[in-house]
Amino acid sequence: MTRTAFDHQLEEIQEEMLLMAAMVATAVERGIEALKNRDVALARQIIADDLEINRKRYHAEERCLELIATQQPLASDLRTIVSVLHITVDLERMGDHAEGIAKIALMLADEPPLKPYIDIPRMAETATRMLMSSLEAFKHRDANLAREICGWDDEVDALYDQLYRELLTYMIDDPKSIQRATWLLWVAHNLERIADRVTNICERVVYLVEGRIEELNVSKY
Amino acid sequence: MIEKHLRESLRIRTVEHVADPPAPTVGLTSPAADVVAEVRNLGVWYGHFQALRAVSLQVSRNQISAIIGPSGCGKSTLLRCFNRMNDLIPSFRAEGEILFDGENIYRRGIDVVDVRRRVGMVFQKPNPFPKSIYENVGFGARINGYEGKLDEIVERALQQAALWDEVKDKLRHNALALSGGQQQRLCIARALAVEPEVILMDEPCSALDPVATLKIEDLMRELARNYTIVIVTHNMQQAARVSDTTAVMMMAEDRAGQMIELGGTNEVFTNPRQKQTEDYITGRFG
Repeated sequence: MTRTAFDHQLEEIQEEMLLMAAMVATAVERGIEALKNRDVALARQIIADDLEINRKRYHAEERCLELIATQQPLASDLRTIVSVLHITVDLERMGDHAEGIAKIALMLADEPPLKPYIDIPRMAETATRMLMSSLEAFKHRDANLAREICGWDDEVDALYDQLYRELLTYMIDDPKSIQRATWLLWVAHNLERIADRVTNICERVVYLVEGRIEELNVSKY
Repeated sequence: MIEKHLRESLRIRTVEHVADPPAPTVGLTSPAADVVAEVRNLGVWYGHFQALRAVSLQVSRNQISAIIGPSGCGKSTLLRCFNRMNDLIPSFRAEGEILFDGENIYRRGIDVVDVRRRVGMVFQKPNPFPKSIYENVGFGARINGYEGKLDEIVERALQQAALWDEVKDKLRHNALALSGGQQQRLCIARALAVEPEVILMDEPCSALDPVATLKIEDLMRELARNYTIVIVTHNMQQAARVSDTTAVMMMAEDRAGQMIELGGTNEVFTNPRQKQTEDYITGRFG
């Protein structure tokens, strides 16, 4: 016996989730581009695109609830649906963090540059790599990869610490830089939160594969 | 600390976190459980056809144990072994043991009528006698030689079966005039009247509508305080809702029924250990 229609719906909600993740990763990358290049149009585009990410999250929630109500999913089907429900909420919040970066890019576009951007792009690169890898782990039901990814969060935290110290020195040197330095700190904070939420996704992957809910990485922040 | 404080101020019940029992191995519940019945390496034949092979499990006191599996996997056969109902089928033969309170009910010389009194049964279709409600419930007690006040037994059993309020003014009416759900609860009352220890239920809700089904399920949870229940059901959601432990049965290639998984119901329905269980409960097989 097969459940063709249900299997198809299950695949669809997972594909939609993967698409949403790709949209979030793009928004993060573009946010850093907009910041670096003082690209106001791109920043506005990211803010507009976030509405679509939000819509996808609510749509995913509706689809999952519909499947729970009508298909009585059990075992791995149930774990898949519950995981998608959780992950899409995390993705939507990550989208908000990317939007936050774009908003800061808009604010900084009118200001003279404070410093060359080195650590922030590295943080963004690690965070998006974590995000896309976590979704690979989801796709391939790879709990080991999920656990490994959580370790990468420490790199992001270390970069955040480093940037924090550096920005402090700018602020101490020149109080007129406080506003710009604070905004940059917010950018870094958004990236730190994104990486942290990836560890939530990894926890869901472990749950999906092994049926156990366990906390994989307690963030420093 | 803050949680405790908030619970008190918001008057939210404290849910005791019960440690998960150790995962039972196939065919055994946790050793600490109070075991009422134990099936040991049971094999059943109808003539040359082997209906059950090497089934072992324990039934714990005051728990609801569900047996699920596709049609023809032997779950009803297994259930009927608990009170030797299969004896009525010619060509039936059993090997292995079923210990009930430590005694093998298949040993020679056992009083089968006494076994059936201690292990009651409720069937798929409500089957009240074409007599009054009162007589339906009192009948078993009377033929078992009970000499006390029958009125008390009838009332107590109907109360326990959550039927008393609906029928107390028409005890002399014919039982067949009751609705299907009421008839099934009457059959449960009839089983309870002889004070069994275990109640076997074979698809007790399959002929009932959803509301009557939920009433029976509520009743089962209530009865499990004082009785041990073993239920066979096709309705996996029902097994998931009411039972404490779930046994999954499958047919082997020669069509003999085997038990492939036994565990806590939550575990079996969210994270089964056997691929066959997964396929069955997710509707990909069976």
